[in-house]
Amino acid sequence: MKRFDFPKDGPPQKLIDTLVKKSKEIRRQILVMLSAANSGHTGGSLSATDILTALYYHVMSHKPDEPHWPERDRFVLSKGHAAPALYAILADCGYFGKEHLKTLRRFGSLLQGHPCFCTPGVEVCTGSLGHGLSLANGMALGNRIDEKTSEIYVLLGDGECQEGQVWEAAMSAGHYKLGNLTAIVDKNGLQIDGTTKDVMDIDPIDDKFRAFGWQVLVIDGHDFRQLLSAFRFAVQERCCPTAIIANTVKGKGVSFMENNLEFHGRAPTEEELKWALAELK
Amino acid sequence: MGSGGTEVEKFSLRKAYAEALLELGRRRKNVVVLDADLALSTQTARFGKAFPGRFFDMGIAEADMIDTAVGLALTGKLVFVSTFAMFAVGKPWEQIRNSAAYSGVHLNIVATHSGISVGEDGSSHQCIEDMALVRIIPDTTVIAPADDIATHELITMLADYEGLTYTRLTRPNLPRVYKEGERFEIGKVKVLSKGKDVTIVATGSMVWSSLQAAQMLDADGISAGVIDAFTVKPLDEKPVLAAAKKTSLVVTAEEHTTTGGLGEAVAALLSENHPTRLLRIGVADRFGESGTCSELLDAFGLTPAGIYDKIKKALKK
Repeated sequence: MKRFDFPKDGPPQKLIDTLVKKSKEIRRQILVMLSAANSGHTGGSLSATDILTALYYHVMSHKPDEPHWPERDRFVLSKGHAAPALYAILADCGYFGKEHLKTLRRFGSLLQGHPCFCTPGVEVCTGSLGHGLSLANGMALGNRIDEKTSEIYVLLGDGECQEGQVWEAAMSAGHYKLGNLTAIVDKNGLQIDGTTKDVMDIDPIDDKFRAFGWQVLVIDGHDFRQLLSAFRFAVQERCCPTAIIANTVKGKGVSFMENNLEFHGRAPTEEELKWALAELK
Repeated sequence: MGSGGTEVEKFSLRKAYAEALLELGRRRKNVVVLDADLALSTQTARFGKAFPGRFFDMGIAEADMIDTAVGLALTGKLVFVSTFAMFAVGKPWEQIRNSAAYSGVHLNIVATHSGISVGEDGSSHQCIEDMALVRIIPDTTVIAPADDIATHELITMLADYEGLTYTRLTRPNLPRVYKEGERFEIGKVKVLSKGKDVTIVATGSMVWSSLQAAQMLDADGISAGVIDAFTVKPLDEKPVLAAAKKTSLVVTAEEHTTTGGLGEAVAALLSENHPTRLLRIGVADRFGESGTCSELLDAFGLTPAGIYDKIKKALKK
């Protein structure tokens, strides 16, 4: 596969530099959108930004001018509250005009508070946690029946893994050996009521996936070298589904938002936006 | 049957479903069927045997099953999902609401073992709330066939329908209301007979019983018409209203709680358009229990005699 045709020691620096630059741009966009909407989930959007940037700008095969291209790789945002990150990327890729971004969460907007079918590029409605892995399994089974070579990607939150359905789905993906499926866990360690460790400890999450018949990689979810290498592994080793446990920082990229619970479910004020954008120059 | 008549021949709705699935599977390569460890009971195992590559047993995990079905539908598959009514709707309600119906995909949930006629397994397995649970979700269709002929025809028609559909079948075999070759249109009702005094709007297993009750009423000089509401949602309003305008009493009959199902759908229709006296026959705010199918139907008054008695009582008031 050409996009993974890089040396064994990792992807070239030029590619990494491009992705780093792009993710900074996307983070800026996310903050502007959230600030304009005056509500939404900042922390989890920023923790997922590098994962989504790697997927949409390098890993996935997709055609923004043909969202339903049958051979496309598909992406399911199971942690639907990170919608601003997905929207910023979809708009930047050209799925819809960037003018829509400032309408996020407004009445009549193409951009609902959580992902909806109505947005070009969004594969399925999500937002209520726990659904995405099962949805992705169905897509992976469908592609297998059709003998398609494309890949299904799904992004889960670590808090989300407290939902029982995630483990029903982990079991069926393992049982049906869905080698065309890659699940990424955005492991930022925080949820609304506190740290995942305090609220409901889900560790060791990697062992849990392994026990259900998955191959598991644990990486730094903000390091593009590790991200690209992990995605390459998932595409090349198709004996079973792959889980990439991506250790991330909630609010990544803005000092006063990093690991700050307050920014799980709130948007930056105008003042905070100014400071944040200054940091992301 | 409770009316003391000779034994009528009964036919399996589950068998009719399985045969319709097999025919669809042969005709269309995109038909996929999922079950949750009840494939032998629901008879979807027959599809699995014929088309092993397009059948998935999802184990005892209904939430995962519904969302997996949505994912399959999104890749262009014509998906049928089956298990008992209690587990098809009760457990994965939120998956049906948020992933299936909200996404607007075409997905067909076909549940067997609805109502109290499940029998000996008792209340934990007797789903009397399923139609209500699906009916309250936007953009859904709720179907309850009256016999095996209707089941076969309606399942076949679902292939070309759209959105989230829910079809409820019964565990016991049912007497035939229709002859082979009868045609149906999803979203309509069938006016089986016209009455001058009473209109009975029935669904599923209660259609045949209502026809019997109407005959018993006729012997007493009471003219009762029967409408088969095989589509409970959307309710075909015109024929129901037209019948209500010609009779002083409207009766609904369903093997389901009288809350949220056909009874309340007809109640809303009448009170908003043509207030008419209404008698809702069904399971009134209580759980089922263990017993044989006929013991339970007798106890709940969901037999021809039970329906007859309730209507006679209502007419005396």
